[in-house]
Amino acid sequence: MTKNDDQSRGSKPAGALSRRTVLKGAAAAAGAAAGSGAITGFPTIWAQEIKDIELTHVGVSYSVVKAIGDQASKDLGFKVTMQNLDTSAAINRFITQPNSVDIADVEGWQAKLATRRGVLQGIERARIKQFDNILPIFTRGEIEGHEIPREGISPYEAMYIEEKDATELHEGVTDWMTFLPQVYNADSIGYRPDLVGHEVTEWKELIDPKFAGKAAILDVPAIGIMDAALCFESAGLISYGNKGNMTREEIDQTIDKLIELKRAGHFRATWTTFDQSVNLMAAGEVIIQSMWSPAVAAVRVKEVPCVYAPVNKKNGKEGYRGWCNGMALMGHLEGKKLDAAYEYLNWYLSGWQGAFVARYGYYSPVPSTAKEQLSPAEWAYWYEGKPAPEPIMDPYGVPMEPEGAKRDGGSFIERVTNISCWNTLMDEAAYMNKRWNEFKVA
Amino acid sequence: MVKRSDLFGWLAVSPLLLVLIPFFVVPFLVILAASFMESDGFGGMIQTFTLDNYIGVFRSRLTFDLYYETAKFAVITWAFATVIGFWVSYFLVFHVKNQLLAIGLFLLCTVPFWTSNIIRMISWIPLLGKEGLINQGLMGAGIIDQPLAFLLFSNFAVIVAYVHQLTIFMIVPIFNSLSKIDKSLIEAALDAGSSRFDILRYIVLPMAKSGIALGSIFVLSIVMGDFFVVKVMSGGGSASVVGALYEDVGVLQYPSAAASAVILTLIVVAVVFSILRVVDIRREIAR
Repeated sequence: MTKNDDQSRGSKPAGALSRRTVLKGAAAAAGAAAGSGAITGFPTIWAQEIKDIELTHVGVSYSVVKAIGDQASKDLGFKVTMQNLDTSAAINRFITQPNSVDIADVEGWQAKLATRRGVLQGIERARIKQFDNILPIFTRGEIEGHEIPREGISPYEAMYIEEKDATELHEGVTDWMTFLPQVYNADSIGYRPDLVGHEVTEWKELIDPKFAGKAAILDVPAIGIMDAALCFESAGLISYGNKGNMTREEIDQTIDKLIELKRAGHFRATWTTFDQSVNLMAAGEVIIQSMWSPAVAAVRVKEVPCVYAPVNKKNGKEGYRGWCNGMALMGHLEGKKLDAAYEYLNWYLSGWQGAFVARYGYYSPVPSTAKEQLSPAEWAYWYEGKPAPEPIMDPYGVPMEPEGAKRDGGSFIERVTNISCWNTLMDEAAYMNKRWNEFKVA
Repeated sequence: MVKRSDLFGWLAVSPLLLVLIPFFVVPFLVILAASFMESDGFGGMIQTFTLDNYIGVFRSRLTFDLYYETAKFAVITWAFATVIGFWVSYFLVFHVKNQLLAIGLFLLCTVPFWTSNIIRMISWIPLLGKEGLINQGLMGAGIIDQPLAFLLFSNFAVIVAYVHQLTIFMIVPIFNSLSKIDKSLIEAALDAGSSRFDILRYIVLPMAKSGIALGSIFVLSIVMGDFFVVKVMSGGGSASVVGALYEDVGVLQYPSAAASAVILTLIVVAVVFSILRVVDIRREIAR
């Protein structure tokens, strides 16, 4: 919003009052002799005019969590409503009904898509208070000297645009962002240590014939195929130029191998949701599958042993498949609502949410604020990968890990530096999808 | 000037038109239009006229496989639902002498419908799983020593869920048409020396035709248009026409999804039409 906008809106009659004019009126009534700038953000007055604002934050269930929205509403004084959709329903809604959403929760590749479609508005970097504390994974594409790999669409790659309403991504830091990273993790394999019998550190275990009929793979084509590619690459069956953007030949090879495995009865099932993966493992249907870290924890809460495989990079193979969700501002936001949206974005990075997601194994892009809200024991367990100095609780206070337990995959740095590719939407997505369906129907 | 009877006719169909036009005809036209456009790969549609989407669908072996798979589920489900539906209705109408009791039992058939489709489907999972009730029971009784894996995440599981969900759509219309059969007709046939089997063959079945036809329309069109049961009960091991179409929507390939949707609609309409050709439901209902 520019100064001109403010002034022109200030001349409108009552009912269309801008934040600033109301503030001025309120200030005058209170007899406060202060410049408008000094009053902006003054909590009680601010609360007066924002209490009717309602923000709708839409995204997948593991990223857009009701408890976080409730806390935000409490802290900010306006209402935040969380709505959950699956990945594909969410991106469809952002693109076809952009006005029904205020804050879109997007992954890097969705940010790229939505930016191209012009349904978002850029986030002004200067208005993000914690921007300088956001890890360089996102802001500069590196961490502790490691360059973050660019197979798939890395968050850094999808983060910047040149202008507020640009539709093309820009390489390198600018004043405008497409999305503000809020939660991320590194996905690998989950397995039953009691039934598998040895430590799993390589993706190829998932397609090992000895687990025939007891393995499962993720059935979200865009990322399922990357998990499959990690397996085939690990087993030395296929080599890829870029697993995150395969050629048609690579897609054909991968799907043909998957069909071969399916016909041999290798897969007990495929899964699409968090809960399905938990149930498959907890009910003894599968003993090894591609899996998300909190799902592994959820299996353990049911007192079923389950380990999250540390698939550290070795010999140019393996590594985690990284993902990152961030918040994007929809194009229709303006005025007070846009101000409120910025308040909400800033609240998100201020620590409470970072601590909340840490307690189920996800990371905050601003660990420094999350740390303030975590106990030293929690910080040691979740971020430093050290044995838990005391029992660890989940975000809702349910005991999760006993004293002395160590997080699978080690410390935060060890995990993120072993990410080898990112969730994506390939150039050949339509073709890949068609071939994935052939795998399904085979 | 419009004749009075014409006016009445228009008034009579207007509620149906009010539903059909905005909720079927208009969306269908939109989808039809989209099916001739081109995707820009980013969820946008380029407004040209192209047949590529249809050519792509028809030239793909995948289309055939998907329709084969879906038709297979539809036909098997239909066969089970028809047989079970017919016998349940037959029992209720001809063997339960007390009409109040018959209606009571009929209502009992609808009890599963007091919960949602999804719950009815998912409740099979703990029953059929590797560590489910059936496998535990069989293993406990010493009949098997390895759990039967085919019970869940298989075509078997899909059929079980479909039959469970859809048999009621057979029971209701067949029950209705059997109820209309004049009992004295059966008695007359018995008196004339006809066997129970002949009565079934020459009287009951022909008169149940309209009910079976109506039930078939429900069952076949629901299975053809479903993807969720297949997805969950087959454990993702099988695909369906709508499931594949939904995946297209997931990667924002609207035009090819639209072409698939148009083709599916036409096929389902053709199925319904051919059922109606075999049985003149209008005449049967007016009877």
